[in-house]
Amino acid sequence: MIDFISADEATLDGLTRKDTRSGFGQGLLEVGQAHDNVVALCADLTGSLKMNAFQDAFPHRFKQAGIAEANMIGVAAGLTIGGMIPFTGTFANFSTGRVYDQIRQSVAYSEKNVKICASHCGLTLGEDGATHQILEDVGMMKMLPNMTVIHTCDYEQTRNATHAIAAHHGPVYFRFGRPKVPMITDADTPFVIGKARRVMTGSDVTIVTNGHIVWNSILAARQLAAEGISVDVLDMHTIKPLDEAALLESVGRTQCVVSAEEHQRNGGLGESIAACLAQHHPTPQRFVAVEDQFGESGTPAQLLEKYGLGPSAIVSACKEAIAVKQGMMA
Amino acid sequence: MSTRFSFVLSLSHPMSDSTHSLSDLCTQVRRDIVRMVHGASSGHPGGSLGCTDFLVKLYFDEMQINPQNWNMDGRGEDLFFLSNGHISPVWYSVLSRRGYFDTAELATFRKLNSRLQGHPATEEGLPGIRVASGSLGQGLSVACGAAQAKKLNGDDRWVYTLHGDGELQEGQIWEAALYAAHHQIDNLISFVDWNGQQIDGSVKDVMNLGDLEGKWRSFGWHVLECDGHDLSSLDACFKAARAAAGQGKPVVVLMRTDMGRGVDFMEGTHKWHGVAPNDDQLTDALQQLATPLSDY
Repeated sequence: MIDFISADEATLDGLTRKDTRSGFGQGLLEVGQAHDNVVALCADLTGSLKMNAFQDAFPHRFKQAGIAEANMIGVAAGLTIGGMIPFTGTFANFSTGRVYDQIRQSVAYSEKNVKICASHCGLTLGEDGATHQILEDVGMMKMLPNMTVIHTCDYEQTRNATHAIAAHHGPVYFRFGRPKVPMITDADTPFVIGKARRVMTGSDVTIVTNGHIVWNSILAARQLAAEGISVDVLDMHTIKPLDEAALLESVGRTQCVVSAEEHQRNGGLGESIAACLAQHHPTPQRFVAVEDQFGESGTPAQLLEKYGLGPSAIVSACKEAIAVKQGMMA
Repeated sequence: MSTRFSFVLSLSHPMSDSTHSLSDLCTQVRRDIVRMVHGASSGHPGGSLGCTDFLVKLYFDEMQINPQNWNMDGRGEDLFFLSNGHISPVWYSVLSRRGYFDTAELATFRKLNSRLQGHPATEEGLPGIRVASGSLGQGLSVACGAAQAKKLNGDDRWVYTLHGDGELQEGQIWEAALYAAHHQIDNLISFVDWNGQQIDGSVKDVMNLGDLEGKWRSFGWHVLECDGHDLSSLDACFKAARAAAGQGKPVVVLMRTDMGRGVDFMEGTHKWHGVAPNDDQLTDALQQLATPLSDY
């Protein structure tokens, strides 16, 4: 992995860009090759979810559900009875809010080994607008007992996470997206469910982030480094169970924290972090998240900037958190 | 129909080698239902009494099952999914009397720390339950998945389901109906408890289902009808259903029943859908259901 602080602009611009959903598609094909009990279901979005390769390789293990997501979740729950490992695929919106009761009763409460794979999450869905840009899904899913919640940042991490959730026994909500983002992990970067990945080490402030906002956090850390501020960046790809040990270790050194995510503040990663810190290590925190509003049409970059999830917003939040810390220490 | 047969009663019963008729068992299960609901001061006696004959016939005379070595996957066994989970009293009674768990546990129904939750659940590990149900309309989808898993595993046993007729107002049922026909899930045999009643009144008045037979047929299912209280009609129906299955289409049986069957003051009315009898009503009900076996 490159040193993101010392790397020059040309190196960053030269990073290969790929979509996380393609990492899922490749990972699904690989787990299908490795395990003959892996089954995939899709609600009329096979191309969008990049599930075509699995469908072509294992047509008898691919179940087209049509535009009927509630039934798809129930069928997936039933397939586990008999030992299948079902992966459902549709947009994040239709994977959660539309089918919440089905997930709650038939999957989570019934402890079924279903992998709910959700693409096109958040604002970076872009031009389709707010009907499809779900920003509440992490909150809904993390509230469910028995549910593991994962949100990945790039192609290889998403591919690796697909292997990890296949090996994990229990229901998983797996969130990824559509835009092409720089590849900041490689095939050998370890992915362990519930273990945060350290992106960079610093001492003045901690940024805890995940998904597409990991890249913006890296850009923010570079700006801050240029101003002499040292940033610790944790990629908290698993929102539940939260890696409390990694969080507490980092804020134990920095004594202030910024959470940065492509989700509503209510119900998001930042809320999980605040709950942990309030209980174990009260710490000044600033939230980079969507502030109780719906999105709109636009390009992903425009939307991240307008809704306050861009690098400059993260830089400002870090400075505020540091100021609060210094005020408390003064 | 075989009017008498042998089976091993659950271990709590000393007369473990007794033979009993299916109709005796039905009476005992009905006693269990009214006693359980009375004991909990809550629960759903109406639909439970109405589906007693079906579930006794299914578990004691139709399904190939292995209660003593119950496991979640049920490979090589027939599976049953209760989609209308509120009629849990009849299911719990039949499961315990078929040997899945001790009948003494029926006394814990709906009480704190019980495995016999108000609506069926897997979390407490009660043998015989493979998915939670209660929020209506989900069981047919789950059964479709379980039936497809059987096909993928080369397992040629059947998957049975039961649904309330009011439950058919849930849209997910019809998503699953499309799915089952499209994917030719022909190892699936579903039953509809066609009692014409739901909580707010008659199904016709609350949300008319119209031509139910025509609806299922147009969705691509093979449709049968039977009398859900006539054991010989049920017997013929199970044979016809299995004969019709395995030919590319799922099978549904529209089963005529009376809500509250067997207790005169509960019969034929939605008013006993989810109400527990008081002490006097329990005495009255039990007098109508002479003890053929032994109470839990």
